[in-house]
Amino acid sequence: MPADHVERLRREGRIVIVGASLAGLRAAETLRAEGFAGELTLIGDEPYEPYDRPPLSKSVLLGKASPLHTELPHRWEVDAKWRLGVAAAGLDLTAGRVRLADGDEVEYDRLLIATGVRARPWPKEEEARLDGVCLLRTREDAADLYRRLRAGPRRVFVIGAGFAGSEVASACREMGIAVTVAERAGAPLVGALGGVIGAVAAGLQTENGVDLRTHVTVTSLEGDPVGRVRAVHLSDESVVEADVVVVSLGSLRNTEWLAGSGLGAGPRGIACDAGCRAFDFRGIVTDDVFVAGDVARSPHALFGYQFLSLEHWGNAVAQAETAAHNMICHGAERRPHLWMPAFWSSMFGVNIKSVGVPPMGEQLMITQGSLAERRFVGVYGHQGRMIAAVSFDNTRWLEFYQRQIERGAPFPVEFPTMDRRPEGLRPVAADFPDPSLPTHGPTVTLSGYSPADQQLVFHPARH
Amino acid sequence: MTQASLVRQITDFANRADPYPLYEELRRTPVLHEEEGGPYVISSYYDIEGLLHDPRISSDAANLAAAGEDDISQAENTGLPPSFLRLDPPEHDRLRRIANSAFGPPHRPRRVENMRGEMAGIVTELIDGLADTRQIDLVDQFAYPFPVTVICRLLGVPRDDEPRFRSWVDPLVATLDPETRKTADAEFVKAAQEARMQLGMYLAGLVEERTKEPRDDLLSDLVHSQGPDGSMTMMEVLSTAVLLLIAGHETTVNLITNGMLTLLRHPDVLQRLRTEPGLSVRIVEELLRYEPPVQIVPQRTCIADIEVRGVTIPKGSRLWLVLAAGNRDPERFKEPGRFDPDREDIQHLGFGSGIHSCFGAPLARLETQIALTELARRLENPRLAEDPPPYRQNAVLRGPRHLNITFDAWR
Repeated sequence: MPADHVERLRREGRIVIVGASLAGLRAAETLRAEGFAGELTLIGDEPYEPYDRPPLSKSVLLGKASPLHTELPHRWEVDAKWRLGVAAAGLDLTAGRVRLADGDEVEYDRLLIATGVRARPWPKEEEARLDGVCLLRTREDAADLYRRLRAGPRRVFVIGAGFAGSEVASACREMGIAVTVAERAGAPLVGALGGVIGAVAAGLQTENGVDLRTHVTVTSLEGDPVGRVRAVHLSDESVVEADVVVVSLGSLRNTEWLAGSGLGAGPRGIACDAGCRAFDFRGIVTDDVFVAGDVARSPHALFGYQFLSLEHWGNAVAQAETAAHNMICHGAERRPHLWMPAFWSSMFGVNIKSVGVPPMGEQLMITQGSLAERRFVGVYGHQGRMIAAVSFDNTRWLEFYQRQIERGAPFPVEFPTMDRRPEGLRPVAADFPDPSLPTHGPTVTLSGYSPADQQLVFHPARH
Repeated sequence: MTQASLVRQITDFANRADPYPLYEELRRTPVLHEEEGGPYVISSYYDIEGLLHDPRISSDAANLAAAGEDDISQAENTGLPPSFLRLDPPEHDRLRRIANSAFGPPHRPRRVENMRGEMAGIVTELIDGLADTRQIDLVDQFAYPFPVTVICRLLGVPRDDEPRFRSWVDPLVATLDPETRKTADAEFVKAAQEARMQLGMYLAGLVEERTKEPRDDLLSDLVHSQGPDGSMTMMEVLSTAVLLLIAGHETTVNLITNGMLTLLRHPDVLQRLRTEPGLSVRIVEELLRYEPPVQIVPQRTCIADIEVRGVTIPKGSRLWLVLAAGNRDPERFKEPGRFDPDREDIQHLGFGSGIHSCFGAPLARLETQIALTELARRLENPRLAEDPPPYRQNAVLRGPRHLNITFDAWR
């Protein structure tokens, strides 16, 4: 791309961001902070300015924060046209136009797609419409669920014991509400952290009075004559009476509006390169369409260039900043998105945090603390290297493990650590229900002492 | 200047007023090991930060002693168990959690904030007490009595007993100074031991009172703590109380004094603070970077071989983490030698980092914000009577011994 073209883009180009949540806002701020002076349009299907979601399943449900006041603070002034309350409905790649649900069209020179994910609804529509059947993703969902919890339900039923479902159960217990949680796998959090850690989470739930049912699925929701949910039927033929049902079955990526656009977009997200440029459906990278946040699937150098879709707060921020930077610079100045996957959660008074990609781990070592005390750090190993770490009430150590992962540290962990117990002296199977084992290949590490001079180092495969 | 003398120069009192050029030289050898058996000195921001989060680094007093300590470590051998500052997990975590349940969130989220009015009152009293003097020693007349009064009220120690415990605290603080440690004789060691024992016994008396009759103070809460971690033994309460009493004011004195000294050297910022009290928050953060009261963390040992910037530090080695050098590392901060309260990016090491990060940070921050704001507001045309001021001996807890200030009037 000729230099003057980029200069003109920065000066008077038109950039459109579809998706006005965390990633969209941070991208807009970065564009302005890096000197983009042209026309900026943000399109969002919700009628609000961007707000923060992590509090919605925690402090909001407990009444410690208002669902209406979790706005994201602006870090820079964003001079933009906001098109809120209207969804994007289509994309014309050739003409460089986004079509809106109200029939309007917006032209762009560069487009950033940050449409995120939405909650996966209960699949049986009629049952999903019963009064008392809730989802938890948006501000309105949280306000609604908060209101129902405040009303003092006799029992809440949570379908799915992932992070969101477990956090809801935790909030219910803290409010003294009876709660049943149903999980298809053998324990809560199994998909994210494996069976060994899942067992710890299960203990945490049952000890806090959650009626936890594992290895079961919900077969149907039963309503009363006036259309309120009354009971939940399970695959083990038991029936649980409940007047609030929270459907917590993960999420769906908001890519339907891109059907037929020619972009490489589908149920698993929108594929893009490490520089956040979207692929078209032929696997060819586009020059003017970028992706960031939950909806993106991008290859990560540290994890075998697997295409990772990360529904992580920090990823949305970092990827948006990288995408925005790359949108308005010359090819040689582009940066790869090298964010270390990380997420946190809190439930039943325990802080849980993870770095890396635990589900890639085959084995687990408890390097500090103990599972029985529910205060520990666990390290996941994959093909002889450290690939992830998780902490329960031990967050302050994770930074160390993150650096070890970045440098491709060996697994099992051989060095001694403070607070190492006998159980942490040898690795055990991490026990993921469906381990996906990528093929053996060359590895890549991040090197450099400061984040500022981190670079990729290629290590050829050993034969 | 030979490399081998760098650590000695840093601990040398002659360089106390401005150690920063020495720190700059130190950073040129980010992992400095000058002599057999001596410490490995770490001076770069990212290395220090990394080591403070490294589970192969121990703060345990026993490990430290094994690493070949000086004679004075006996001074700590007084029958009181080590405080959580000198313990590793899981014991550290248990004691710190219990202490925290009496001090901070989630159990007592407003304990510090609720003292705001009381702190302002103490500051007002101290300034009003200046009568018609136009020259003060800021240390003796303000920066020392203020945090001492605060920590006494917080803990529940009678303020009138201050002269007594000061005579015990001073020798204990002196033991933290590397230079003193090197030259300490048997008499000094004995005096320090004695002081620690006396202070412990004095606090034991108060603790006994609180056991019978709890009040609304931290000592009572420590005695009566009963959470998921159980409670502290009497001896644990005592060593925690000794720690909080000493750490709760020794460092804040220096932070306030360094703060006023820095403001007097930057009259434009002082002027802004007079009209813009909200600026104190940023000023204090920048101070903690620019002139941190704790300059060096000398109490860490490696429990494994550790590689830092290509240098392998052998298991069992002692480490010195020079926080004040890391805080002015150009690899981390733009124009690190400039005092700039408008800095956006200010993740300093002033309170350390990791599991031992300063327990009293919220208290120290609030005290210093209030102190500096009130000094700026009430003293008219303040200026330094001498620059640099005379410093205290200690290289680890660094600050002026006196800070003589003249002014035209006070409001």
